[in-house]
Amino acid sequence: MDLTVIWAFIIAFSVFAYVVMDGFDLGIGILFPTLAAGPERDRAMNSIAPVWDGNETWLVLGGGGLFAAFPLAYAVILPATYPLIIAMLLGLVFRGVAFEYRWRDPRHQRFWDFAFTGGSFVAAMAQGMTLGALLQGIEVTGRAYSGSWFDWFTPYTLLTGLGTVAGYALLGATWLVWKLDGPSQHHARILAKRAAWATFILMGSVSLYNLLLNAEYAERWLTAPEIFFAAPVPILTGITAIALLRALAVDRHSKPFWLSLALFLFGMAGLGITMWPYVVPPGLTIWDAAAPERSQIFMLIGVVITMPLIIGYTAWAYWVFRGKVGDEGYH
Amino acid sequence: MFDYFDALLLARIQFAFTISFHFIFPSFSIGLASYLAVLEGLWLKTGKTLYLDLFRYWLKIFAITFAMGVVSGIVMSYQFGTNWSVFSDRTGPILGPLMAYEVLTAFFLEAGFLGVMLFGMERVGKRLHFTATLMVAFGTLMSATWILSVNSWMQTPVGFEMGVNGQFMPGPSWLDIIFNPSFPYRLFHTVNAAFLTTAFVVGGVGAWHLLKDRGNLHARKMFSMAMWMAAIVAPIQIVAGDLHGLNTLQHQPQKVMAMEGHFDSHPDGAPLILFGIPNSAEKRVDYKIEIPKASSLILKHDLNAPMAGLDTIPDNEEPPVGTVFWSFRIMVGIGFAMLGIGLWSLWARWRKSLYSSKGLHRAAMIMGPSGFVAVIAGWITTEVGRQPYVVYNLMRTSEAASPLDAPAVAASLLAFIIVYFAVFGVGVWYILRLMGHAPHVGEAGIKSGDTGPIRTAGITPGPTQNPGHVQPLPASKEDV
Repeated sequence: MDLTVIWAFIIAFSVFAYVVMDGFDLGIGILFPTLAAGPERDRAMNSIAPVWDGNETWLVLGGGGLFAAFPLAYAVILPATYPLIIAMLLGLVFRGVAFEYRWRDPRHQRFWDFAFTGGSFVAAMAQGMTLGALLQGIEVTGRAYSGSWFDWFTPYTLLTGLGTVAGYALLGATWLVWKLDGPSQHHARILAKRAAWATFILMGSVSLYNLLLNAEYAERWLTAPEIFFAAPVPILTGITAIALLRALAVDRHSKPFWLSLALFLFGMAGLGITMWPYVVPPGLTIWDAAAPERSQIFMLIGVVITMPLIIGYTAWAYWVFRGKVGDEGYH
Repeated sequence: MFDYFDALLLARIQFAFTISFHFIFPSFSIGLASYLAVLEGLWLKTGKTLYLDLFRYWLKIFAITFAMGVVSGIVMSYQFGTNWSVFSDRTGPILGPLMAYEVLTAFFLEAGFLGVMLFGMERVGKRLHFTATLMVAFGTLMSATWILSVNSWMQTPVGFEMGVNGQFMPGPSWLDIIFNPSFPYRLFHTVNAAFLTTAFVVGGVGAWHLLKDRGNLHARKMFSMAMWMAAIVAPIQIVAGDLHGLNTLQHQPQKVMAMEGHFDSHPDGAPLILFGIPNSAEKRVDYKIEIPKASSLILKHDLNAPMAGLDTIPDNEEPPVGTVFWSFRIMVGIGFAMLGIGLWSLWARWRKSLYSSKGLHRAAMIMGPSGFVAVIAGWITTEVGRQPYVVYNLMRTSEAASPLDAPAVAASLLAFIIVYFAVFGVGVWYILRLMGHAPHVGEAGIKSGDTGPIRTAGITPGPTQNPGHVQPLPASKEDV
């Protein structure tokens, strides 16, 4: 199999792992103001404190992996979305330190809670808008970005940004349904239902908008024979959405989270169908941007050896902190 | 054209600012992670709770340092692309894989085990917890290894082929690339610097508490351990620095010329300029105090060895002399001051006044933050000294920047300055506040429970703790 294709899948996997893992802890940041100050917020924070750092490492792998495997794409996308990336990084700074600071300084806890929410929202919005900017197309001349520095700001990217915020909120709320109990769990379930509807509406709008955005995208989804590969994605997404609403209606604990995760998986598959084989639409394919074979092979060896270990000890770290937060704390 | 130059200068300032800020945290957390591993190991070996108390004391500080290191590090991993896209495109095939290995073998290891290290002592048991601490410490060292390999390759690029598209392509051997000529020296010198920096922070904190109460056993232990490090590692560091300098002379002679302030060639023995004011316009060092022929002795091990000066280098290939000259002297000066503290501590130890010499304690306290200054000064020496190149002799910094407008970079630079000073300023203040508490028996860990995992409930600002006296435990469950 073509190494470039393998690398496209590895990067896609990293992005997916990042989106769902940091997605739920960013989502908790987004939902933080709606949680009751005091034990409810503290427990929500505790449920992610041991894992957020690992979750965010996938973002570094996504960025670093893109730099390594598709250096030209890295060199084009980041300048094209410069203000978004800077905003995302600064948002992540605020929310990252808030994990530590809010406990260190009880008198300013409200401020750091605000920083946690603000940082999470800005990071999520910026990530969604970056995805939107990529999908709507980036102007490239030679080997460099050649648009202006506000091309990324359009109604479409606002929509993808809000969709990402809603999706992360859904992941965060369903994570809380899993990790909390009692009235807090009930509260999380209500939040999850609202976030679910917001996600369905925004995800649906983005999908329809995609068809108008680019004739090539529409062709992918609406004409034979591609439609036979593409059609299962929206169908499965619909089934998952219904299952999610049903799981939230009854007293389920972990199931809503896994269903939300599946929703993101199908979203990712849809994204793949839409973009393939471009890494920077409309001009650069994965082969245009790929690193030379020696780089690909060298890194592939590293991935093959380390990735199972990484997944193993990450799973172990989650396992160590399993169970409801309120029941036992982390003693 | 003028606009483009402005954007370039702003991008350089932004990179220098963000990396200098970032570098402060790992230069402390690399050393501190290893120190924590040593403390926990000693606790498991001896069973003395003194070590556990010290472990918990420094773990709280480590948690904040690490968080600041992570968030400022993520910025770095994206800044290559945002601001140096041409560099990223051209060097990606070589540097990208090295950085990917850093993520795979270091960042995941640190992050994966950090949660268990911080919060998991009661969940996984002592041995597994110690394993987690070791993994975090090992991860910090792996991270340093890969990123310094990247930096060293930019300073001494080897093992590549030029692609038709202008990219640096890997040659047949990755080992040549990873173990490029300046890498072993830079790695050893930098990691040693991190250990030394940490030792002086720990020693400074210990000294501060000894000045308040020379009977505090915890302060005594940390001070003693730190002074051993100073006495042993400072001389090693000076030797390592000298070897690194010889390596630089071989591969980047104009950097050494700038460090030495040698505008002119000296055919029969170059002087060592101790101090002076480099005057780049007139190409001479004003008001200099120099030792004749000493530079040739140090760098060539021969009093009369000829040394080339910057007069042999075309003007457009010279680094800025003043910055390199001064930052180098600051680094070396601090290095020798550290050696002085180390020797003083040995003498005090021999005279049995290690815990009572107020002079030594004051000096150690003043030297507490000196490692950070030395690390930054050393970094400036090596990074400014390789200008005007980003990939030495092959790619100029001026060719590397992203096609961004000056206002975009100016805005982001301003945002970084405001946010970094505010956020990291507060973080440093929290760290100083933790350091202000005397270490004591029954030190609380990073507490976990219903009301928050990262709270030091019960020992937040209060009267000075009485060492040796068991603190009353807070109302919530205590994880002693």
